[in-house]
Amino acid sequence: MANKCEYGVAVIGGGPAGLAAAIAAKELLPSPEGVLLIERDRVAGGILNQCIHDGFGLHRFGEALSGPEYASRFIDKADLLGVPMMLNTIVLGVSDKGEYKELLVSSRQGGLSVVRARAVVLAMGCRERPRGALSIPGHRPSGVYTAGAAQNLINLENIMPGRDVVILGSGDIGMIMARRMTLEGAKVEAVFELLPWASGLPRNIQQCLVDYGIPLYLGTTVVNILGMGRLEGVTVAEVGPDRKPKRGTERFVPCDTLLLSVGLIPENELARAAGVEMNPITGGPVVDADCMTSVSGVFSCGNALHVHDLVDFVSEEAERAGRAAAEYLSKPSQQGTSTPSVAVRPAAGVRYTVPNRIALPSSPASPPASVAFRVNTPSRAGTVRLKVKDKVLAEETHARLHPAEMVWMKLGPDALASLSDADTIEVSANGSE
Amino acid sequence: MIDYADYDVLIVGAGVVGCAIARELSKYDLRIGVIEKEPDVSLGTSCRNSAVLHSGINYKPGTVRADVSVRGNAMMDALCAQLKVPLKRIGKLTIALTETDLPGLHKQHEQGIANGVPGMELMDNERMRKIQPGVEGILALWTPSSAIISSFGLTIALAENAHANGVTFHLNTEASGIDAAPDRLIVMDRRGARYSAKVLINAAGLHCDEVGRMAGVECPRIWACRGEYYVLDKRLDGTLKTLLYPVPGPNDPGLGIHLTPTVDGNILIGPSAQYIPDEDREDYRATADIMESLRREGLRLLPELAASDFIRNFSGNRPKQTPPEVGGNADFIIRDDSDRLHGTSAGMINLLGLESPGLTSAPAIASDVRDMVLRRIPAAEKAGFIAERPGFVGTFSSLPLEQRMDMVRSEPEYGEIFCRCEQITRKEIRDAIENPLGARAMVSIKYRSRAMMGRCQGGFCVPRIVRMLRDEYGFAPEDYMLKAHAAMFEGPRETGGAGEAEKNG
Repeated sequence: MANKCEYGVAVIGGGPAGLAAAIAAKELLPSPEGVLLIERDRVAGGILNQCIHDGFGLHRFGEALSGPEYASRFIDKADLLGVPMMLNTIVLGVSDKGEYKELLVSSRQGGLSVVRARAVVLAMGCRERPRGALSIPGHRPSGVYTAGAAQNLINLENIMPGRDVVILGSGDIGMIMARRMTLEGAKVEAVFELLPWASGLPRNIQQCLVDYGIPLYLGTTVVNILGMGRLEGVTVAEVGPDRKPKRGTERFVPCDTLLLSVGLIPENELARAAGVEMNPITGGPVVDADCMTSVSGVFSCGNALHVHDLVDFVSEEAERAGRAAAEYLSKPSQQGTSTPSVAVRPAAGVRYTVPNRIALPSSPASPPASVAFRVNTPSRAGTVRLKVKDKVLAEETHARLHPAEMVWMKLGPDALASLSDADTIEVSANGSE
Repeated sequence: MIDYADYDVLIVGAGVVGCAIARELSKYDLRIGVIEKEPDVSLGTSCRNSAVLHSGINYKPGTVRADVSVRGNAMMDALCAQLKVPLKRIGKLTIALTETDLPGLHKQHEQGIANGVPGMELMDNERMRKIQPGVEGILALWTPSSAIISSFGLTIALAENAHANGVTFHLNTEASGIDAAPDRLIVMDRRGARYSAKVLINAAGLHCDEVGRMAGVECPRIWACRGEYYVLDKRLDGTLKTLLYPVPGPNDPGLGIHLTPTVDGNILIGPSAQYIPDEDREDYRATADIMESLRREGLRLLPELAASDFIRNFSGNRPKQTPPEVGGNADFIIRDDSDRLHGTSAGMINLLGLESPGLTSAPAIASDVRDMVLRRIPAAEKAGFIAERPGFVGTFSSLPLEQRMDMVRSEPEYGEIFCRCEQITRKEIRDAIENPLGARAMVSIKYRSRAMMGRCQGGFCVPRIVRMLRDEYGFAPEDYMLKAHAAMFEGPRETGGAGEAEKNG
């Protein structure tokens, strides 16, 4: 096949994860063919480009940036380092050829071609859960959008998709779009959330709903969508403890637009096709502390790995993946062989963990390992623990624990050194109401 | 906008049957028009069904249904090859789970023999498992002529090929009344335009009785019977090797809830069967109870289903002649009703109650209707009939890699992916926008290209399509985005010519 290009590390996706991974890898592999970034959109930055609200970078830069500003810091750095970016280019397939990985890429300017790389970082991000996955009864009128699609139309294309809006789901994008639609002159009737708690960040409840007088109804969901052509309204109902609608609580809310903010699904068609083992809870690959998947030399980070709460943590995780991918090239002895490792598993109160295994340190100077996880239910105060059998490796007390917020814990050199006989690290959370 | 059009043959309804008739008659020296109330062809029952070609085992010998389904099925390979429509002969197992199902299964077998269904075999469990691993059941009837097809793909292809052969399609044109002139029937639409015909063909599907009555012909009352479906993610493509059906009961209005693979790689769960009130013949809603039962049934048949595998619901309504208290099916009515007209020498052919297997039967119905028309208007076959439709079968991404690499070199727009889930390219979207019928709505793009039909349901491609429509065609988003999916694009540019827009792309 024609047009073969060869690189050390190919990063798929130019959003926050891909950018940070490419930069970190490029710092270790400065040669022109060291790192390649492939992005399907016209510009790098990913979903940040349509997130024109602020609040990005508080942890990383100590200031509240807009999405495009946050992205530009990474794009500028990537440009400075000379990371080549294949824009307007989509990866259609990744296959593992042992020594190298083969990527089938497609673009208007370059046609269909093959890119080879010795390591690949999967940073495709996530997509929104559509209506079908929710099984909402009723008609199929126009006017039902995912919140992110509406955000794209308004912020990037200057197109208003509707005037009288109901939002289902209190995910962050939904709440941000409640404010955005209001600022653009729409009437946002309410945000309805099935769960007894909001799924987005507390700061968004305050800044996007409370400050604009938009009501949030918890334990309430849309049970019917009406309108043969354009949406005419939705029926909402309260749900019981079983999360099923309670009869007699239905009411009709007229609207011409329904925005869905009901969850994000990591985008992993490429990972599946490459034979990567998946975690059914996160929808992302099973990885080790270096973000390496079950396929040697294939790494995953950002929202393709698991849906994050804050982009700052995406960047941090992706840098780790990018560094590890670059280091992987100089570790030929490890390719194809499994290093001794310890499993990481969610225990009481914890929904999932990333990573799913941690390699035993090869030297005492090994860097600390990060463990990210989410709790099952909200609680006012609680303790989170990493344990091997009865031995506590690390423990933290939090003023509040919430499924919307990820918890990050680190295992330092001492804790890692103590793992040599261990089999499994259990992560648990013990919250009190 | 026209005020008056004169045809030899006017067809009311651009579903699969109306379009098959239009295409068949376009082989002859006839002036042919089609009126369709929707903004595109194939927006009724023809895009809302299981998209299965039936073998003909389900129909009582001697009936019209038995005759046209077996003949229609046999005509499909040649037709789909000419029109570039995806068709897969995956066969079907009708399965008896217990002894009580056996009489019903044997009855199907006997009907199949009487109807001339080719290649049937009875199979024990071991043999059926060679076709579908792990399947349960004590005895199955194997019908290799059962197939899956793109139902809307076929309808659109028939219409576009008819158009290439001179048939005029009047979209957004709803018949509101029919007058008899001495040698013509004159159909009025809701805008007051008139369409005259020496022979009028009523292929109005769910509204066939209403159109018949407009001409003064007594027609059996039509009942809409809704079938709801779930569409499953392509992740499960390949799970089903064949069609698996239970043995139908004697009074079932449909063939029962089952899994159906589609030619595009999805799986359908459904259809249910529920009569709906007469004023709502086109109410295509999904209902909570049935969705729940479809999910349950889906999980029973495919235990590995995850919540994210349910990507879409849809429903379609069968035009039935049998009322709810009777159930079952009545036979198709395909008849020349010219003698029932008063005060005119014009002709009228009524097609009534074409529910399942209407899709399978469409080519055979078209050939029967052609004979009826030619008896009234002797017309010669015309020279220069274009039998082949340009293009390729399926989507660009389904073509072999080497072929795609060649095609993208001469047409770079095949390199740009607009719909991530279905891997639909910019070129395919452009072809859909510039479709020869001049159908200009988001649904027209959807059914032609498959964009918006994947697992993200348009989240990725809709902004891109809207941008292209605005920047390259001048269609203002506000004009259609705040209306129905089927709202027509309106723009400053004349939409008929494809060439100019292409240069701008």
